[in-house]
Parts: sequence; C-alpha cells; structure tokens
Amino acid sequence: MTTGLFLLVLSLVAAVAPFLRKYLKNQAGWVYAIWPFAGFLFYLSLLPAINQGVVFTETYTWLPALGIDFSFYVDGFSVLFSLLVLGIGTFILVYAGYYMKPYPMKGRFLGYLLLFMTAMQGIVVSGNLITLFVFWELTSISSYMLIGYYHEKPEARASALQALLITGFGGLALLGGFVLMAIPYQSYDLAFILSNPDLIRQSNLYLPALILVLIGAFTKSAQFPFHFWLPGAMTAPSPVSAYLHSATMVKAGVFLLARFNPVLGGTEVWSYTLTIVGVTTMFTGAWLSVTQTDLKRILAYTTVSALGTLVLLLGTGTEYAINAAIIFLLVHALYKGTLFMMAGNIEKKTGTRDIRLLGGLFKYMPFAAIVMSLALVSMAGVPPMLGFLGKELIYEASAAAPKAHLFILTLGFLTNVILVFLSLRLAIDIFWGKEPSYAKTPAEPALPLILGPFFLVLASFVLGLFPATMANPLTSKAITAISPGLVAIKLKLWHGFNLVLALSALTLLSGYLVFRFRKTLLPVIERFNTRYFSREFTRTFFKGMDSFLVLTKMKTKTLQHGYHRFYLMTLFVIASVLVWVMIWRAEPIALELNFSEMPLNLIAVVVLIIAATISAVVSNSRVIALISMGVIGFGITIIFIAYSGVDLAITMIMVETLLVILAMTVVYHLPKYQNFSSTGAKMRDAMVATLVGAFFMVLVLQAGTSSLEAPISDYFKEVSYSLAYGRNIVNVILVDFRALDTLGEITVISIAALGIYAMIKLSKKQS
Amino acid sequence: MESIILQIAARHMRPLLVVLSLVVLYRGHNEPGGGFIGGLMFGAAYILYAMGFGVAKTQKILFFNPINLTAAGLFIALLSGLPALMLGDSFMTGEWITFFAQTAFELKLGTPLLFDVGVYFAVAGMLMLVMFSIMEE
Repeated sequence: MTTGLFLLVLSLVAAVAPFLRKYLKNQAGWVYAIWPFAGFLFYLSLLPAINQGVVFTETYTWLPALGIDFSFYVDGFSVLFSLLVLGIGTFILVYAGYYMKPYPMKGRFLGYLLLFMTAMQGIVVSGNLITLFVFWELTSISSYMLIGYYHEKPEARASALQALLITGFGGLALLGGFVLMAIPYQSYDLAFILSNPDLIRQSNLYLPALILVLIGAFTKSAQFPFHFWLPGAMTAPSPVSAYLHSATMVKAGVFLLARFNPVLGGTEVWSYTLTIVGVTTMFTGAWLSVTQTDLKRILAYTTVSALGTLVLLLGTGTEYAINAAIIFLLVHALYKGTLFMMAGNIEKKTGTRDIRLLGGLFKYMPFAAIVMSLALVSMAGVPPMLGFLGKELIYEASAAAPKAHLFILTLGFLTNVILVFLSLRLAIDIFWGKEPSYAKTPAEPALPLILGPFFLVLASFVLGLFPATMANPLTSKAITAISPGLVAIKLKLWHGFNLVLALSALTLLSGYLVFRFRKTLLPVIERFNTRYFSREFTRTFFKGMDSFLVLTKMKTKTLQHGYHRFYLMTLFVIASVLVWVMIWRAEPIALELNFSEMPLNLIAVVVLIIAATISAVVSNSRVIALISMGVIGFGITIIFIAYSGVDLAITMIMVETLLVILAMTVVYHLPKYQNFSSTGAKMRDAMVATLVGAFFMVLVLQAGTSSLEAPISDYFKEVSYSLAYGRNIVNVILVDFRALDTLGEITVISIAALGIYAMIKLSKKQS
Repeated sequence: MESIILQIAARHMRPLLVVLSLVVLYRGHNEPGGGFIGGLMFGAAYILYAMGFGVAKTQKILFFNPINLTAAGLFIALLSGLPALMLGDSFMTGEWITFFAQTAFELKLGTPLLFDVGVYFAVAGMLMLVMFSIMEE
C-alpha cells in the first residue's frame, strides 16, 4: 500500500458513504471505520523504518509545467500526525455511526466525516505546497458542512459561515504565502524547500511570506484574535467537535507552523510573533473557560488555550520547547478527544450540557465516569497520565525560554491552575455533585459510544506509564523532523526533586484551592469579565460582515445601474480612449488613401451605406430606421463578397435577415416613437459615436499599412490542409486550430440565450 | 395575422432549408459553410414556419425543446475534445479516421466535424430559444 492509494480509497469510501448507509443500516460506522483503521496499521508499520531515518516520498504528476505535483512526503512528524488522525478517526466513525442514529441524513454526515478525514490526512502527508493547500481548503469546506449539519438552526448556519469565512480568509493568505515562498526556490516541492532553508531566509520575500503563512496558521488554529470561531463551532454534533475541533483540524495550523519551522522558524520575527500570540491565546482561552457553563464551550475554550500553548512552544524553539510541543500535541489530542465524546454521551443520556444542571452521574454510569475522570486527570497533569509529562516539559521549556521566561512561566502557571480547577470541577460536579432530577434515568452509554473514550484514555495511561519504551519511539523522529539538529529528550516519569516538580505541586494545590473557594471566586470573575471582557467577538465579526455587504451593495448600485445605453457607452469610451492613447504614443503613420483603385460599383455601395446611416440616425420612424440598418448590413455583405469573404457574407446575410425579423416582432409591441433625449444628451452621444467611429477607422487603416511580422494567416494557409485536412481556412480555424475559443463562444451565446429566455418568461409570469 | 402565401411557402421551404443546412454543415470544411451558418439556416427554417403558423404549432412539430437542443450542442462540442485526451494529445486536438482509403469513396471523419455538429445544434437551439420567446409575446 502507498499513501496515494490509501487517500484515493478513503476519498472513494467518502463518496459512496451517503448511498451505502441505507444497506449497512446501523453498522455503517463500523464498516467505514475499517478504512482509517487499515491506514492506522499501515502507518504504524512504517514506524520502524521511520525511526531508522527513512523518509517515504511519492510523486504523481499533475501540472508538471507549473511544478505542481500530487506528491507525498512522509517523515516522522507526518507519521505521528497520521496516527492521530486515523487512530482517533477510527473511533470517531464508530462513535458517530451510533451517536447520529436519531438524526436524518446520517449517511451524508458520515460521508462528510470521511471527506474531512481524507483532507486532513492529505495535509499531513503532502509533499508539495499546492497539494497541501488543496487539502487545506478541503478541510475548511468539509468543516463548514459539518458545523452547519443542523442546518435548520440559524445559529448553526451562522457559526458554520463564520468558521468558513475566517478559515477561508486564512486559506487565501496561505496560498499567497506559498506562492511567495516558492519564488526563491523556483519549486513547490516540500523536500527541496525543507533541505534548503537559507534560500528563503536570505530573500526579501521572507517577511511577507512569513506573515501570510502565519495568518493561515493562526486562523485555522483559532489563535487570538481569530479564536472566537472555535467556541462558535460547538453548535456542531459532538463527533465533529471531538474530531475536528479538538484532535485534528484545529491542529492543522500548528502542523503548518511545525512543518515549516526548519525553513521559516528561528528568526526574531518568528519567535516574537509566535510567543506573543501563543501566550495571549493560551491565557485568554483558559481565562474565558472559567465562567462558561456549557460543557462543550468549556472544552472549546480550553482547546483554544492548548493551541496557544503549542504555538508558544514552537515560538520558543528550544530543545525542551520542541519536545514539549510534540508531547503536548499527543497528550491534548488523546484527552480532549475523550472529553468531547464524553460530553456528547452525557448530553445524550441526560438531555443537557449545562454543568449547573448535572450531578451525581457516577451512580448511573460508573464506567463512563472513571473513563472521563482519567481524561480529566491527564488534563490536570497528574501522574501517571501522559498529561503529567506534557506539563512538566512545558514548565521546563518556559523556565528555560530565552526571553521573558518569568512572564511566560507566570501565565503558563496560571493557565495550568485553571486547567486543574476545571478538571476538578467537571469531575466532581458532574459525577459526584448534588443530583438534580433528570427527565429520564441516565444509563451507561452503549459500547460504540464508550469504545473511543476508553481506548484513548488507555493510550494516555500506557504512554504515560512507560514513556521511554512507548512514547519515545512515537515522537523522537517527529521532533527531529520539525527541528533538525535537536535531539529527542529521554522521557521519564520521575525527574527528581527540582523547581519544575515543585511548580507542579504548587499548581495542583492552587487548582484545588480555587475549586474549594469557587463559590466566592466565580461570581467575582464573572463580574470582572462582564465589565472588562464584554467581548462578543462574534457580534463584532458579523457587524463587520454586514457593513461590508452594505459597501458592496453601494458599489454594485453605482456600477450596475441597469441602463443598457450607459453600459455600452462605458465600454465604448474606455476601449476607444485606451486605443487612442496607444495611437497617440505610437509613431505617426502615413495614411495612404487611394480611391483610384476602387471599382465604381463598390463606390456606389459605400455611398449607399453612408446615406442609409444618415437616414437611420435622423429618421423619426422606427420602421425607416430599421430598414436603413438593413441596408447598411446588406451593403457590407456586398463588400465582403467583392473581396471574396464568402463565409462572412453568408453569415452576415443570415444574421441581418434574422435581425430584421426579430426587430419587426418587437416593434409591434413598442409604444409610439417619442423624442426624449435633450440636445445636450444628443451632443454627448454624437461625440462618443464620433470618437469610437474614428478610432475604428484609424485602426483599420493602420492595420492595413503597417506590417510587423509575417501574418499568422500565411501559416494557417500553409498547414490548413496538411494538418487539419480542410481547405476552408476560416472554418478550420474555427473548429480545429481555435476550437477552444469557439467552445467558449458558443457557451457564451447559449448562456445569453438562456438569460433572454428567463427574462421574458419571468416578466410574463409577473404581469 | 395569417398569410396563406407565407404558410405555403414555410411548409415547403422548411424541409428544403433543413437539408440545405445539413449540406452547408458538411461542406464547411473545404468550402464556404460550417456549423455556425448551418445552425443559423436550421433555426431560420423553423422561424419561418413559426411566422406562418405561430410558435405553439412549431413547438409541436419540433420533437425537441430549443433549450435541450442548445445543451445537446454544447455537450457534443465538449465531447469532441475527449478522444484527443484519451489518445494522449492535449484537449481538443483534431483526431481523424479515414474510411475506404485510396478509393473513390475516400471519407475522412474527425473530431472537428463532431465539434462543428455541436456548434450547429447550439447555434440553432439558441436562435430558436430567443426568437420563440420574443415571438410568443
């Protein structure tokens, strides 16, 4: 099996999923879960080779002329991410297959999930910037579908749109960044870029490329000030929150930063920006989660905080920081996926997610309670869970940060205190607190619903208990992949008595104290927040969108006024003025007018045309004007025939005839001819007409006298029969040499015809 | 507004014009003609008929809808680009087959002819679509 093949299969499963569900009934989740599980095993089997230092690459040609290929680049970092995406994805599919049972269109839902999985997996194994971008956009789109899954609810639609607009904006910035990045390399190939970091660092494009890539990463990973879309996205069904908005998609931004760390990272701008944004996000997310009461929103804000922590660690960039980033990435995905799935389970069994209305659930679901509590223990960073190792490393990294370590350490400490407090609060309030009266008696969740949480917590436990034998092999090559030259630190549970251990103990104690006195502390924080953080980023965002819409409406009204004559005038004036400028700047040309060679009969035709033109302009009758126009048309036809342009002549006759018929059918319905135009308007029209007419005349005369190079018609004359087996050059050009142009033209006339048809039918219906 | 002369003319001209339009379509490759002119002629045949007998009656003797005809034309034109792709050339390269080579009946058929047929249908369809809508008013 190869990466390309696997992605292809996964996307095919996604495509057929909506249709197969009818036959698979409620087993759909299990059947679809086979595929990511197979992928999980595949990437697991690559691990020994990866740990030897092998990098797997594959290339499928796509647009070789532009240097764009479907290529894949699988190193230790990709494998770690793949294992997360596919491993958690397996459980999510099983979970979702059961969880979504009561909702309509579950098949489509599973299809979207699989599509997202394909896209996310594509991102982490991409070996070409453009391939990466395509998968990146695909995650935004599938996430839009998934957040807006309950599309009857207005707030679901609004959240989906908000997430799409923000991540879509970031995606565009990212594309710009990639294009700039590729300029010094003359290539989009990831392996080449990663192995030559100096090329971009020494170019002027470094800063603009960096800024654009950072915007892409920060929007996707919900960094401050773009963080608000993530809590909003909690309107999505729980499987989506567990998968996209905690374990995978929001990590794509972090993935991007880590992936390009060897190329873009390590500079002053990089470390300052990432540190400031990361610290702000880390603390803001944690702080805002304190006063939330919706279980999923609490988890969402802590996710924002965790993403901030990851960005901060990447910005710090020391050996400890990079190690901490990778370990914490794993830790967070494992416990947050569990917590979100459990939040869904609790909502399903009790009908609410409001933690004020929950309590005493241990009695009804002891197994689920233990699973969720263990995940919370990991979140709090208590040994022996993997979360403890993650937190230890973060403290070590912060303490050793090159700049402002005291500031980072303080905020990191406060964030962790909040996490400990939240862990205690969620565990104790929900499972052991005072029991409210439930509408129906809660029960242990069904097997598919508890399977995922159980295994993820188990992984967290085992990895935490045996870090050197289990966690190190998983992460060591990921660390060297994103930061060559650094070594993976040997992980161990016991570090001896040192500052970090003391800090850990202090964190736990403070967290407990906050929990103990929450009754007095929470209202204070609440009041503080409503006064100083009456945030509502979401409302500001939509206000901004609304004023943007007003602006575009104004622009459209000015430019698209709906008067056909002014559209034509704009086109003609702009086109002719542009050409006049060209004529003005070009060298003066000698216009040779030689009427003596012109046959007498043609002179007669020309005189006729001129007379008909004057008659069409001055006539006060539509019929006379129409007939005059017909005379002009047929006059021109005669000229075509005289110069043996038979094709043109036949077409012209047909068009002229049909035009007269068309005009006659319309004339029938028009009101009596009246003169509305003022003299000023007439003068203006005459001026425009003269300008345009004169420009055409000069253009034609110049085209006839100046010869730049051998005209292309000679070439066509030569090859028309030998290459295209046709003697009618005009037609050969139309259907063979320039067939694509003709295809475009007939498409345009077909659309125009449909437009006319629609307009006429519509006005008929309205009247 | 019923005119006997127009009606009789239209009735007899219609088949003639249709055949003529096909001839023009086919000869287009070597002599004046082609899908565009052919399509206009084909459309004109039915517009003439509609002038004599009215749009409703014309729609009845047409066994297709002008919209579908336009769409079919576009589809055929697009289709004519595909054989080249399958043969490894770039999209819309002309591909030819020769029948009865070296005999008096030598016949060359190629994708450009198919493309021209597409143009023919699209032009005829859009012409009838527009004219019929306006004439129905």
